[in-house]
Amino acid sequence: MLSPAFITQLRRLLPEHCVLNEREDLLPFESDGLAAYRNTPDVVVLPENEAQVTAILQLCHRHKVAVVARGAGTGLAAGALPVDGAVLLVLAKLNRIKAIDPLARTAVVEPGVRNLAISEAVAAHGLYYAPDPSSQIACSIGGNVAENSGGVHCLKYGLTVHNIQKLRAWTIDGQLLEIGNESLDAPGYDLLALLTGSEGMLAVITEVTVKLLPRPERAQVVLAAFDDVAKAGAAVGNIIAAGVIPAGLEMMDRLAIQAAEAFVHAGYPLDCEALLLCEVDGVNEEVSADIYTVRAVLEASGATEIRTADSEEQRLKFWAGRKAAFPAVGRLAPDYYCMDGTIPRAQLPHVLNRIREMSAEFGLAVANVFHAGDGNLHPLILFDANQPGELAKAEQFGGRILELCVDVGGTITGEHGVGLEKINQMCAQFATPELVRFHDVKAAFDPEKLLNPGKAVPELHRCAEWGAMHIRGGQLPHPELPRF
Amino acid sequence: MLETLIERIRAAHDTRSPLIIHGGGSKTFYGGADEGEVLGTRKLTGIVDYQPKELVLTARAGTPLADIEAQLADQNQMLAFEPPHFGGGATLGGSIAAGLSGPRRPYAGAARDFVLGVRMIDGTGQPLRFGGQVIKNVAGYDVSRLMVGALGTLGLITEVSLKVLPKPAAESTLQFELDEAAAIEKMNQWAGQPLPLSATSWHAGLLSVRLSGAASAVQAAQARLGGEPVRDAAAFWLRLRDQTTPFFDIRSSSSGQSLWRLAVRPTAPPLTVSHRLGGDAQWIEWGGAVRWLISDRPAATLREAAQSAGGHAILFRGTAPHDGAFTPLAPALLSVHRKLKQRFDPQGIFNHGRLYPDF
Repeated sequence: MLSPAFITQLRRLLPEHCVLNEREDLLPFESDGLAAYRNTPDVVVLPENEAQVTAILQLCHRHKVAVVARGAGTGLAAGALPVDGAVLLVLAKLNRIKAIDPLARTAVVEPGVRNLAISEAVAAHGLYYAPDPSSQIACSIGGNVAENSGGVHCLKYGLTVHNIQKLRAWTIDGQLLEIGNESLDAPGYDLLALLTGSEGMLAVITEVTVKLLPRPERAQVVLAAFDDVAKAGAAVGNIIAAGVIPAGLEMMDRLAIQAAEAFVHAGYPLDCEALLLCEVDGVNEEVSADIYTVRAVLEASGATEIRTADSEEQRLKFWAGRKAAFPAVGRLAPDYYCMDGTIPRAQLPHVLNRIREMSAEFGLAVANVFHAGDGNLHPLILFDANQPGELAKAEQFGGRILELCVDVGGTITGEHGVGLEKINQMCAQFATPELVRFHDVKAAFDPEKLLNPGKAVPELHRCAEWGAMHIRGGQLPHPELPRF
Repeated sequence: MLETLIERIRAAHDTRSPLIIHGGGSKTFYGGADEGEVLGTRKLTGIVDYQPKELVLTARAGTPLADIEAQLADQNQMLAFEPPHFGGGATLGGSIAAGLSGPRRPYAGAARDFVLGVRMIDGTGQPLRFGGQVIKNVAGYDVSRLMVGALGTLGLITEVSLKVLPKPAAESTLQFELDEAAAIEKMNQWAGQPLPLSATSWHAGLLSVRLSGAASAVQAAQARLGGEPVRDAAAFWLRLRDQTTPFFDIRSSSSGQSLWRLAVRPTAPPLTVSHRLGGDAQWIEWGGAVRWLISDRPAATLREAAQSAGGHAILFRGTAPHDGAFTPLAPALLSVHRKLKQRFDPQGIFNHGRLYPDF
């Protein structure tokens, strides 16, 4: 617990309405988008400008109080889960768009600006900000940088790291790091890449300069149905081998298709095992050429049905089912648990088979939604948290899926981040020497481990304990105990 | 081969003996002078894995770029950051360590944007592996990209996994007679429109624009932009990429002249530091974001010019100033750099002086 004396000092730095420590005010901040993990913060601060942020950091540093930074709280890995005895630093009020330079195609924004608000603000110039995580209506750019967020368009347009060019960030001891600049590169080490995806462990961001792209002249989507998941997976590789880089290339399995269709009536074919949505965008003529190629490849790959959206209305309808897949699956069971592994695409049939086997083993259904173009798999495990032991079982199943991803040469997280949720699986993905270097990177910025303690990179003793537990046939002892 | 390298690095660590990492030797001019025994990577060759359908290629550090590009071309794919080869013999490891990209960079991305994973040996002789062979991966800090452009000062890169892209079906280059200010404005205006741009260059009153994509898209853009089509354009961009045009050869300039690379905000108006020299002493690339200058001005003047235009200056070819080829870092950033260097290479054995004079 933080001392009343410390809270009094915090209050001196900020207007009264910017410091919350009454229980009912704190509850909305007890979890991020992964609500299975909850912890009531000791105190929440909502600074309104950069000077207040640095004053908070300096005070915390002086008193050796930990700081958990948080944006809109839409993260899916418990990265912004409050930590006992720490200050929860909410950056949502730093929400000004400070400058837009249409000719240089950049915007300077504060971290609390919502992802979609950037694209809306620059739309009049024919520009947009490319990364589009599914939470883009709500999620903030500061959080996007912290998590290196992606979206359905990453295969062609990249992740956050490819779409930002400058950061103002503060170390816990109040030093300003101006990283990157207005040109296309910077002298020295690529700290822009190092900070992107660092999950609030290295510094607190107060300003982001994002790159903007011209809006594509045209976007068109093709829908294809398959009677076999493996055929759909092969079709994805064939499209890419034909020289097309789709703007979006999504796959859904039978359960996900049926849930989505029942929910939004997108008109999806129901008698199929897998559905592909392939969107191409760009210059008008390029789109025409690509659609022709994509249709031919899908046909040759054994699609049982191919439809091309011939109007913007139909394009949005095709996408509506995919975009509503998570809430649609949410109607099938009281709770679902979303995983985020990435695999080499060739491994898709094997991985889906193993997931099916494990689903039977755990007695929990799984719907699969897949950013097929870049190999990012989102299995949604269905469970009921009110049934004793089911949450633990779902988490254990999820952990096994992530380890499977590592085994086939993939990774435990493609876009959601490690946070607290996947911290044990980090031990499966990385050996001790790499983890030591991660701690070294942390130490170069925050030697006292005051920023977001306990997240993103496991302590070595934790991996030793997890490894010892883990060897016993994949069965954790005491599955009913929370493991964080 | 790997074992030998590990042993040599361990020995160098134990005796604090400096090592110079040397691949194909095509970029020895780049950065400060380093000292020590040469640690060659040329025997560390071979494409380990290439899956065209996954858009991923993994190769050992000493593999010549030319070999990799030939393999990719067989599958109609390419390295989209168009890495310079300079004198020839450039290796994959050297290209990634130097972090340099060619004419396609502003439109397709830089070397660092395509790196998916690295294997490396740190300054204690410890082999390490970061990132992987998948396009999306956010587990752990992005140490793979930290290695790009670090000029070997954090470790020896032994293997790299890269994202590759399909080659465009058609390319065409157009030229326009325009003065510097008008060319800068045009390049930026066009970059904000849905056009299939893939390279831009301005020199001596001539703006060159390369278009890439489906043949029909390139034709349509050509019709829209106008300009004069250029014959043998591939050779033009190759000479620019590898700096084999006479402009870049400072040996032919008068003594005391160096080649400076000023990275600036792409919309920055013509730099006054280039004026005294006349138009022919400057070459603009990357949509206006890079201004190459042949200059005998002091480093401080050129750095100041680049910084006030939102960027930084690099002494690319010539005699480096006493504080190094690269623009010095602000104290807070320098402190982070030193700490990272200290952790990855505690005895300071790798490429001492290459990036900054004291590490």
